[in-house]
Amino acid sequence: MSDSRPYRKIAEGTQPEYLHAAYASTVKRAPTQPLILLPHTKTELTGPVFGHSLIRPGDGDLTRQHAGEPLGERIIVSGRVLDEDGRGVSGALVEIWQANAAGRYLHKVDQHGAPLDPNFSGCGRAITDEQGSYRFVSIKPGAYPWGNHYNGWRPQHIHFSLFGAGLLTRLVTQMYFPGDPLLEFDPIYKSIADERARERLVSRFDWETTQPEQALGYRFDIVLRGREETPVERSR
Amino acid sequence: MTMSASQTVGPFFVIGLEHLYRADLTGAEVFGKAITVSGRVLDGDGKPVPDAVLEFWQADAEGNFGDGKIEAVGHGAATGFSGFARIPTDESGKFKLRTILPGGVAAGDGVEAQAPHLGVFIFMRGLLKPLYTRVYFAGGPGNETDPVLGLVPAERRGTLIARKGAARETFEWNVLLQGPKETVFFAW
Repeated sequence: MSDSRPYRKIAEGTQPEYLHAAYASTVKRAPTQPLILLPHTKTELTGPVFGHSLIRPGDGDLTRQHAGEPLGERIIVSGRVLDEDGRGVSGALVEIWQANAAGRYLHKVDQHGAPLDPNFSGCGRAITDEQGSYRFVSIKPGAYPWGNHYNGWRPQHIHFSLFGAGLLTRLVTQMYFPGDPLLEFDPIYKSIADERARERLVSRFDWETTQPEQALGYRFDIVLRGREETPVERSR
Repeated sequence: MTMSASQTVGPFFVIGLEHLYRADLTGAEVFGKAITVSGRVLDGDGKPVPDAVLEFWQADAEGNFGDGKIEAVGHGAATGFSGFARIPTDESGKFKLRTILPGGVAAGDGVEAQAPHLGVFIFMRGLLKPLYTRVYFAGGPGNETDPVLGLVPAERRGTLIARKGAARETFEWNVLLQGPKETVFFAW
């Protein structure tokens, strides 16, 4: 059964604006006309549901998708997908992609002069369990240069794509690493005006997740858009 | 708690999103009239956007949203109508969706009856959060009284309505990111 309550309003400054001139690609792609405020109808209150058979064994371990092991610092990234009431979102599809340890993506457009790793594709997916938890094993992605501005380098990051319950919970974001000196110079990270909202995209180093002799652990919780408290009056 | 901030999909999303690319929601067991909706995505200079990805969500031919359970790529159409498509644009900014014509959505939850439409999220490098819009169909029953189209200034409404194409059961709908004919996008 679908939830017919509308989604919550978005708190000021916690999401980027479309136009953010410091990130040059927004200039010709951000809408210029006023957006129309959308009522949340069945189209937006329902959404696709992804089954566990979509996930194959190994999809959550990016270090074991090839004959050999990838180079780089092995990491475990785990966390919970929550709604705005702090409840775990079970059955959420989480798709991730990232550069290899040298900062190179397995993509024809990426011509950065760093080596590809034959043992690393950089793609993973998972479906959250009953508590809303997910877990990936990977290697720490390298920073890489981009042409946005002189001597521009993207901080180390992993791309995350999520579907919760209902279409408008859709979220694509990036997970960053604590202590990265590039964060304060990154116009994509800095496009989020609210400092606390920005910092929530930075994962936390975690001893509990870290495995001896194996991998450093990072925790990254993701909050999907929630619904209003009270159901709307049904009028037919 | 406050929802996490959005960030761009960037230029390399194919790595992570390709496994769920699906551009054809029709199938022998899917009830309804098969149609195609095709078009191009153009930026503020009128240049094609070759690195966008569009996600469509729609009702079935009778106007019902299933829970659209999607088990694996390509399997949705064989087991019923999934309602979800994900399509990247090609080098010339083109995309093509093959689906069934959705039914109108009955009134309910305080919302008037809606004309047949598709919900569309658009992602690309340069979009720090996705654009959300809708596709309606030329001559669609109920377009005149649709509560969402009714919110759009009359002179911009046409940007949400797919034109009939040259071939039967084809529709054309372009996405113009900027300019005087800019597509209507919704604050969602």
